[in-house]
Amino acid sequence: MPIDAEEYVPYYSDKGKLPGILGWILSTDHKRIGILYLVLIMSFFTTAVFFGVFMRLNMIPGMHIMTAQQYNALFTLHGIIMIFLVVIPAVPTIFGNFFLPILIGANDMAFPRLNLFTWYLFLTGAVLVFVSVFTGGGAVDTGWTFYVPFSLRTAVNVPLATFSVFVLGMSSILTGINIVSTVHQLRAPGMGFFKMPLSVWGFYSTAWVQILATPIIGITMILILIERIFGIGVFDPVKGGDPLLYQHLFWIYSHPAVYIMILPAMGVMSDIFPVFSRKNIFGYKMIAFSSIAIAAFGSLVWGHHMYVSGQSDLAGIIFSLLTFIVAVPSAIKVFNWLATMYKGSIRIEPPFLFALSFIFLFTIGGLSGLLIGALSANEHLHNTYFVVAHFHYVIFGGMGFGMFAAFHYWLPKMCGKMYDKATASVSWLIMFAGFNVFYFTMFILGWEGMPRRYYDYPAQYASLHTIASIGAFIMVAGFILMAYNLIRGVFAGGPAPSNPWEGATLEWSLPSPPETEDFREVPLITKGPYDFSDFKRGK
Amino acid sequence: MEDKKVREAGIKTYITIWAALVLFTALTVTTAGLNLGKTGIIIVLSIAAVKSALVLLFFMHLLFEKVTLIKLVIPLALIVLAIFIGLTYTDVAVR
Amino acid sequence: MPERKKSDGKLGMWLFISTEVMLFGGLFLLYSMYRYKHAQDFHNAALELSRFAGTMNTIVLITSSLFIALAVYFQKKRQDKKAGLFILLTLLMAFTFLAVKAFEWGEKFEHGLYPGAAHLMSLPKGEILYFGLYFMMTGLHALHVIIGIGVLSFMLVFLKQGRFGEGSVYFENSGLYWHLVDIIWIFLFPLFYLIS
Repeated sequence: MPIDAEEYVPYYSDKGKLPGILGWILSTDHKRIGILYLVLIMSFFTTAVFFGVFMRLNMIPGMHIMTAQQYNALFTLHGIIMIFLVVIPAVPTIFGNFFLPILIGANDMAFPRLNLFTWYLFLTGAVLVFVSVFTGGGAVDTGWTFYVPFSLRTAVNVPLATFSVFVLGMSSILTGINIVSTVHQLRAPGMGFFKMPLSVWGFYSTAWVQILATPIIGITMILILIERIFGIGVFDPVKGGDPLLYQHLFWIYSHPAVYIMILPAMGVMSDIFPVFSRKNIFGYKMIAFSSIAIAAFGSLVWGHHMYVSGQSDLAGIIFSLLTFIVAVPSAIKVFNWLATMYKGSIRIEPPFLFALSFIFLFTIGGLSGLLIGALSANEHLHNTYFVVAHFHYVIFGGMGFGMFAAFHYWLPKMCGKMYDKATASVSWLIMFAGFNVFYFTMFILGWEGMPRRYYDYPAQYASLHTIASIGAFIMVAGFILMAYNLIRGVFAGGPAPSNPWEGATLEWSLPSPPETEDFREVPLITKGPYDFSDFKRGK
Repeated sequence: MEDKKVREAGIKTYITIWAALVLFTALTVTTAGLNLGKTGIIIVLSIAAVKSALVLLFFMHLLFEKVTLIKLVIPLALIVLAIFIGLTYTDVAVR
Repeated sequence: MPERKKSDGKLGMWLFISTEVMLFGGLFLLYSMYRYKHAQDFHNAALELSRFAGTMNTIVLITSSLFIALAVYFQKKRQDKKAGLFILLTLLMAFTFLAVKAFEWGEKFEHGLYPGAAHLMSLPKGEILYFGLYFMMTGLHALHVIIGIGVLSFMLVFLKQGRFGEGSVYFENSGLYWHLVDIIWIFLFPLFYLIS
């Protein structure tokens, strides 16, 4: 229904009680909070990308641009920033905040003030990470995994770094509580659970993991703090402690964490494929249930990070079996996306390109995960570049490209402007090419025995490292082009229509960008989220 | 005054539950004093579970709760915790 | 036209409570593993604890739970004076708990049983772990008692200011938090005091 042109005020122009920047940093509007998160997270992402660039520079044969200690600090910070400040929060807090209420026909999250509070917790955690680099002995060098006993003895600022992870965990937990409450209580009339867009299922299943798993990393970080300060002995063999129990506690969260990373992105994929295939999603219920299954089973596999740690063989066997099982629901999603596209009317647009490459990259990453999920292969591949390649394929190729897809899909709705699609496609191609040159080479490097987190290496690995670094630079060039194109689109792009992709989910029924109150009237849901019949009739 | 369809806990209920909790506490302390070894521990922890259930169901009103999801949240968390502990045992107990 | 839906905050509070269960759960996991490995040492170490103090504290918290339940009950009926009285009684119980705890900890310190103490280090490993876990878990619990005192104090102030309508969600949620503190102790008590 057309919006009265006189009354319509985009949410970002809406002058409330507070002037200027206060109207943003004190806003409880879910859309503004999403933008607040976007600004922070993209800054952190860019920072961590450049840490990675410096790491790759250092790994070029002959180029020692830093000391070993500095390298250790770099990969630790790269990991901490990417994992805790970017990949875990990004899709839920940027796109979940902005779109979840709209996707279910609500006008905000269940707890808008709590929502704003989580942003401040997030900012606090980030500031603490930053401060930890310059205080208390300097930047952490333990790897983002903080393994004991090294993390208990190294003279750098482990306390502040671990405490900041605790604070960030609180932010994540409260976000999860907000999402579950929102999905259960604020759906518009007619929107049963099985009429919700699958992106909502993605956010929802993720939120449960955020709620139930994150407290474990919280207590683990506190335990490191307490150990360093008071030496109670829970991880210290001298006092009867077991360092492996640290690894158990750490991975009990940090493995489900990767499902926190991927489930929302997969959800967005499930929204994108129908739109660009002009066809209903294949196997809606299977995809919905697979999201829950991944969240559930993914919480049971953590021991696969510990096969060679000294863990019992029995545990190794059980975790390996569970690891193979958890691959099944992910594969189900991939088959369903492919089946959605089959005999669809494909529209090749930037969101679709990113979504397509998500399937390719995530599949490679997932298959490589099965390899290292096998006890025997893991003996050889643990702590090599093979693992690094695996998780970059699933996290960056999966979640990262999924996030890029979400940007190209939803940015026009968020800002009312359309970026240049040709440039977007070119940036995608460059990134995709660079990514594979970079990370596939790492599979080979790892297979050949190159250990991870090593600042230097024997000459036999030199040419592969060079190729990998070149791939990295190509990839980053593509990333810069993509970022430039999107930012230019936001500020100087042409006006975007309310429904540029002809999607059938609720956000496309609102103007681009939406007003502050989102829906002027509570929508009544009568159709499914991927029902494009109205478009065929030339609505 | 109110004619609610769902029962609510009254003052009498609260005091009764309090008395039960005190009684169970006495019971559990007595059991511990009997030094029954492993059996004793099982009894003592079971009594703790019963006491917690009483607090959850009556003081925290789960018994009268209409929303099913709310009733499932704590059991879910406990099951997840049990699985975490159980799987960790497959390492610790066998090493 | 259908009405805009609102969240009532209770589900959110229960979800938060489940996160507290998981937080302490991590410590219970550690306790389970170390107890399994050092069963005898745990038995011996537990003899140091005063079963009387522990039992008293258990009764204190159970009673505080009763009081806060009554406070919520009366607040729902807008009998603010009685509600306020029962919050005060709850707070009294809370401070009693902390006092007993402080006394217990003081005793441990005197006997050289704190982390890093020479005497503690001379004991078998299982006992060192027992006391490490004892301070960690009762300490974290005591921190939650202190937070609860803060929350309930705020509730008392808001109550006096007449900020709550009928059946205030904030008020009831504060009660739920307090009951959680009680439940955690209901498990800590046998695990540390009743295993000898």
